[in-house]
Amino acid sequence: MNRLFGALPARARAALLVVFVLLLAAPWIAGPYLLSVLVLALYYAYVGQAWNVMMGFAGQLSLGHALYVGLGAYVSAALYVHGGIGPWLGAPIAAAVAALAGAAIGFLAFRFGIGGVYFALLTIAFAEFTRIGFEHIDWLGGAGGLFLPVVERGRLDIVDLRGGPRLFYYLLLALAVGSLLLCRTLRTSRIGFYWLAIREDPDAARALGIDLFKYRVLAAAISAAMASVAGVVAAFYYNSLTPADSFGAAKSIEIILGPLVGGLGTLIGPILGAFVLTGLSEGLRALLDATGHQMPGATQLFYGIVLLLVIKYLPNGIWPGLARRLGLVERER
Amino acid sequence: MTWDVYANVIIGGILTGLVYGLMALGLSVIFGVVRVVNFAHGEMMMVAMYLAVLGCGTWGIDPLWLMVPLAALLFVFGYALQSLVVHPFMTRPDHAQFMLLVAVGMILTNGALIVFGPDARGVQVDYALDSLEWGPLLIDKVRLYAALAALAVAAALFAFFRLSATGKAIRACADNYRGALVVGLDVRRLFALTFGCGTACVGAAGAMLVLLGDVTPSLGPAYTLLAFVIVIVGGLGSMAGALVAGVLIGVSEALAGLILVPSMKSMVSFGLLILVLMFRPQGLLGRSS
Amino acid sequence: MALLEVTGLSKSFRGLKAVDRASFSVEAGTIVALIGPNGAGKTTCFNLIAGALPPDAGTIVLDGRSLDGLSADKACHAGIGRTFQVVKPFAQLSVLDNVTVGALRVTADVGKAQRAARRVLELLHLDHKAAHPAQILTLPERKRLEVARALATGPKLLLLDEVMAGLRPTEIDEMVGVFRTLNRETGLTILLVEHVMRAVMALAHRIIVLHHGEIIAEGAPEAVVRDPAVLACYLGGAPAA
Repeated sequence: MNRLFGALPARARAALLVVFVLLLAAPWIAGPYLLSVLVLALYYAYVGQAWNVMMGFAGQLSLGHALYVGLGAYVSAALYVHGGIGPWLGAPIAAAVAALAGAAIGFLAFRFGIGGVYFALLTIAFAEFTRIGFEHIDWLGGAGGLFLPVVERGRLDIVDLRGGPRLFYYLLLALAVGSLLLCRTLRTSRIGFYWLAIREDPDAARALGIDLFKYRVLAAAISAAMASVAGVVAAFYYNSLTPADSFGAAKSIEIILGPLVGGLGTLIGPILGAFVLTGLSEGLRALLDATGHQMPGATQLFYGIVLLLVIKYLPNGIWPGLARRLGLVERER
Repeated sequence: MTWDVYANVIIGGILTGLVYGLMALGLSVIFGVVRVVNFAHGEMMMVAMYLAVLGCGTWGIDPLWLMVPLAALLFVFGYALQSLVVHPFMTRPDHAQFMLLVAVGMILTNGALIVFGPDARGVQVDYALDSLEWGPLLIDKVRLYAALAALAVAAALFAFFRLSATGKAIRACADNYRGALVVGLDVRRLFALTFGCGTACVGAAGAMLVLLGDVTPSLGPAYTLLAFVIVIVGGLGSMAGALVAGVLIGVSEALAGLILVPSMKSMVSFGLLILVLMFRPQGLLGRSS
Repeated sequence: MALLEVTGLSKSFRGLKAVDRASFSVEAGTIVALIGPNGAGKTTCFNLIAGALPPDAGTIVLDGRSLDGLSADKACHAGIGRTFQVVKPFAQLSVLDNVTVGALRVTADVGKAQRAARRVLELLHLDHKAAHPAQILTLPERKRLEVARALATGPKLLLLDEVMAGLRPTEIDEMVGVFRTLNRETGLTILLVEHVMRAVMALAHRIIVLHHGEIIAEGAPEAVVRDPAVLACYLGGAPAA
């Protein structure tokens, strides 16, 4: 079962090691700007991996994944602000809440046989419903947002996750690597085989004894729980959150871009896609800044064009082709 | 609050709902025939609204007259989009089609943001504040005109699909794709025509909607969702269902704005959507499979 | 007691009776063929037994256990393995992974399941294609993959829905050989729907003839093919009573 690492040629394993060492050393080499970009890339790599479990593995298109990220952010932030409960305890609680929400939406959808476009719309509807609802909950700051008390920069407090970008960089790196290993384990165990079978052909999967409902709900719950942890980190990194930013449709789209560009259903795809997209969009921003242009919609416009081109010309994403070229044929897809 | 307040709000809701219904009709027609879900529907409408604002501001033309050139313009856009961009995706998996149109929507929204800026734009017409009085009822003239125009466009579309030879050919494609190919119908052209008709509805509805409210680039996704809600409540692919559900949503949003807080009104439609998806996924007037 | 006992099985679609009070049984260790003209209700019968469709009336008992109300996945766990008339491979998964999914019904251990899957692939002469994605297989190979996947679930009863259709005579003979060996060496019970009489005659211990949803003849192959009612229904005349 050494699909990903063991089967690699020594040359590739060495390259992987170099990349990993570079990633470990990055905060001490990179300047503050580059570090903030890397934090962003790791964030999208992680959250993309979470979404990929649901769509790439189990074949359920969620266009409302911001719901789970936002729930994670709000639950942990509210616990911290109102209850003095730190993020290390808050994160598992947030994950449990999100898993419950994911399972509940999955339960409703799959019990009533809602699939395809209807499922995608249902996920958007729940996210929007929650966004508007949260805008009217004063206890959570309403539309104006919820703010975490900010401490002076540079002070490191791991217990309450108060600190500079380096802290969050390592946290997100750990999450990105951890989620990669988790997804690899899931993918190569029975549940992963069953998810892919369901994605490929639900009727055939059923005839082989697979309980579609159970495995789909499981995918929704696991994916939601993973996504919520990204929300926890974002809440403590940015120290502020609003319903529009947390649950908005634009957020949901940003989450899914990485895996789509990198390679849906692959393990490396979400990570590769997140780094490529973040890198390109930051490059674009730097270019616009340098030429003195201020365009608020430029990044999103660029994402739209990239999405269009990738879907048209690279329907399987970057990774499968790249892997073939590097001689590492990945067989997930 | 007395009953006449409610009556006025309900009438306002019905009239606005008819315009919503026309927009949703476009989505429903596209889905019913081409089987593609236009995830950029509201974004196209937002662009139409900007064009109406521009036309009204530059040449001082009444947006209701702009309805005709805008419908024509959006028809051309829809026709080209379907035959050049969407058609090659007909055989691709559903999610690829969704994402393609999501990308188109992102391009439109942010293109508009770059071109027009983030501020709200609107139009001023001299009858903006006029209303017809009928006993205790006050009916806004703009709303009434917009609703009547929406009904006229919808009627024209119905007539096209029911009576014209092309309309019948399009319905044949919708009923039996392979059969249509076998008898030699030019499916690619008919699909493009249908997509164009759908976006023409959006163009007309956009010209009407600028009379009822301002436009910002971020309006697109909200209108896409609104169109989905209406079409799913009415039944995907059902033309009459779209209009009926448009009115239903218009009224329930207006009432929600009165009884609850105005900013919570779209929660009611999302709630309605969730309920319909759960208990009557084929929609209120949709055919059950 | 028979392995499969079907009593009074009925199913209508919009008033049209696809299967009408069909009763038959399949003895353990035998190969039984279900034949009949197009639209006779054979595939519906399969779908009812496999839990893909709920019957309007009737009972299905497998190995002493009622399958009433069981969904397709539960029916698989009860011991039904089935193939689809229109093959449904997991297109993007490798051939080995396709069969491994089936074998995972028996064990949760992926390593064990893969070893079991390899054995089944060898049996169906697909082992040389194990690493290929299923979408590049030829039709005869896809048919064999369909069988391999169903076999890997460890069924008590294997339902084969027209697995010979579209195969060349030599390929049919090869498939017949595979099923004969399976039946002889493992005692696997097989119920097959088949139009290819060459395969039916070579395989079946017993034939059941279905026409307009009703069973019109049943017995040893040589006797059934000479039955005037059967000949009449195939030749289009009214069945002689």
